[in-house]
Amino acid sequence: MRTGYDLELVHLTKRYGDTIAVRDLNHVFHPGSYVCLLGPSGCGKSSTLRMIAGHETVSEGSIVLDGQDVSTLSPAQRGTAMMFQNYALFPHLNVRDNVAFSLRMKGVDKATRHAKANELLALVQMTAYADRLPAQLSGGQQQRVALARALITQPKVLLLDEPLSALDPFLRIQMRAELKRIQRELGIIFIHVTHGQDEALALADEVVVMNNAVIEQSGPPREVWGAPRTEFVARFMGGHNVITLEGGKVALRADDVKLAEAAGTPGLPATVTSVEYQGATVALSARTAAGEEVFAILPEEGFFKTPKSPGDAVTLAWDEGRLHRLQA
Amino acid sequence: MSDLAGDVQPVEKRPAKRAGRRLGPDVLGWLQAAPLTLVLVCFLLAPIAMIVAVSFWGATEFSIYPAFQFDNYAFLFGSDVTYRVFFATFKYALITWAFTLAIGFTVAYFLAFHVRSQPIQIALFLLCTIPFWTSNIIRMISWIPFLGRNGIANSALISWGVIDEPLEWLLYSDFSVILAFVHLYTLFMVVPIFNTMMRIDKSLLEAARDNGASGFQTLLHVILPLTKPGIMIGTIFVVTLVMGDFITVRFMSGSQRANVGRLISNDISLLQYPSAAATAVVLLCTVLLVIGILLRFVNIRKEL
Repeated sequence: MRTGYDLELVHLTKRYGDTIAVRDLNHVFHPGSYVCLLGPSGCGKSSTLRMIAGHETVSEGSIVLDGQDVSTLSPAQRGTAMMFQNYALFPHLNVRDNVAFSLRMKGVDKATRHAKANELLALVQMTAYADRLPAQLSGGQQQRVALARALITQPKVLLLDEPLSALDPFLRIQMRAELKRIQRELGIIFIHVTHGQDEALALADEVVVMNNAVIEQSGPPREVWGAPRTEFVARFMGGHNVITLEGGKVALRADDVKLAEAAGTPGLPATVTSVEYQGATVALSARTAAGEEVFAILPEEGFFKTPKSPGDAVTLAWDEGRLHRLQA
Repeated sequence: MSDLAGDVQPVEKRPAKRAGRRLGPDVLGWLQAAPLTLVLVCFLLAPIAMIVAVSFWGATEFSIYPAFQFDNYAFLFGSDVTYRVFFATFKYALITWAFTLAIGFTVAYFLAFHVRSQPIQIALFLLCTIPFWTSNIIRMISWIPFLGRNGIANSALISWGVIDEPLEWLLYSDFSVILAFVHLYTLFMVVPIFNTMMRIDKSLLEAARDNGASGFQTLLHVILPLTKPGIMIGTIFVVTLVMGDFITVRFMSGSQRANVGRLISNDISLLQYPSAAATAVVLLCTVLLVIGILLRFVNIRKEL
């Protein structure tokens, strides 16, 4: 079941007094896509999400969902649903009543709303826990309940505020696969706020990188990671070196850095500062004459033919075609 | 560390210490609990035991004598004054509870959810406590010139033309008694309710709104259930204070109304200590019973 709702932000701005949390955002979220809003804390990603959800007033601009400006509607009228960072389950209600809460508010009778809640609990595989209180569940289970509670309103857009940050690493990977599965099954837009780039890369159809209240870059994860447009994106997405050459700064993937075989070949002279063996690869960091730190991920076999240790002089080389010029 | 020190010392010189250490953590535990136990035994259990003991004593017009007889209780339960006075006490407690709850919940709700800035929240909260800077009796008595036959309330109402002659029921009536109770004890309801409300995660309210709950529905289905423990603690305060009171009833009713506290105080002024003790024991049991019933409804343990 694929639905055709799209969500558009038009000149969306949020001010708190004199500070601007979100500055003139324009973006179209495509129907049925899994979007990750990515950025460091304080970049405005949460404010954006909360404005879309209706828990924060819009200072300027509008939010258009399925052709209708929803920016002045109440959260429940918008067709959005939010999953809160700490899940915000009602501690006095059992799992089934938590999930059925919105139906109860609408005055749906008990049998119908419980049947519907059971359906959603089956979707998130929590049927066995329907009669428990939230305090009796683990973090991952609470999250599933929160997801079911958000989905029972049949939202056109599901908003997830750092949903995986409270889970341990193992559960995090399991849950993100789960989120992706459910998103595919429902075919609605998921907007997922996170500060973890690995999470964004793993999940998203589209990554929106924010910094200082604006969108730095957006696009499919491979595009954003492979071709960062600004220094911030290159550094934030990780795996990139930012090097100053004549004509400006460039980004270079760490696994594209090579060590030149012989002296005299063109390249950047540098001094090795640390070497870390990582199994299949070796992570080497070196300092250039200009004082910039450059990371290189080298295949293990090649490295150990001519091993280097901290203090050694090396020449860093790369294929010209792998450099990305960054916007100033 | 003390082990090392103990080994260096000759054993004979410190027999007590060694024995104590051999008895280990058990004795230590008891010792740690001892001061509080002592305080509770001396100032709680012993007085109550004494009251219970005296309640079985006998009395004549001019003396009391130790005995073990049920005369005091027989007299108490045989008289309808007792039942009427207990009924009046319950009536005061119930009505006062209803008003303090309504006012206390509203004030706490306003403080906890409508006042956004914490300094203002604290300032307003302290404002609520200002009446407590003076004594109970002063606060009570200050109502008298206000409510009296020629008091401020009556003269204002007459001058506004609302009434033609002074209202008699403003002072020295159930109205004035309950008014004073509500005035004196509302804060005991505000504090625990405010405390519980402050612990409610604000994101729960957002979640409720996200799920389509109106403000009133959020209040009814989220805030109220989560505030129950605070309400219960406030209820216990108010009910016990009102049921044990005698001075408010005496002053505000002009000695025209009675509650159990006044029954006891009258007995004492007539030096009928055994009878007063018996009434006190019955009152104590009644209040404990009420609290016991209240605690069946709500688990307040997580609030303590």
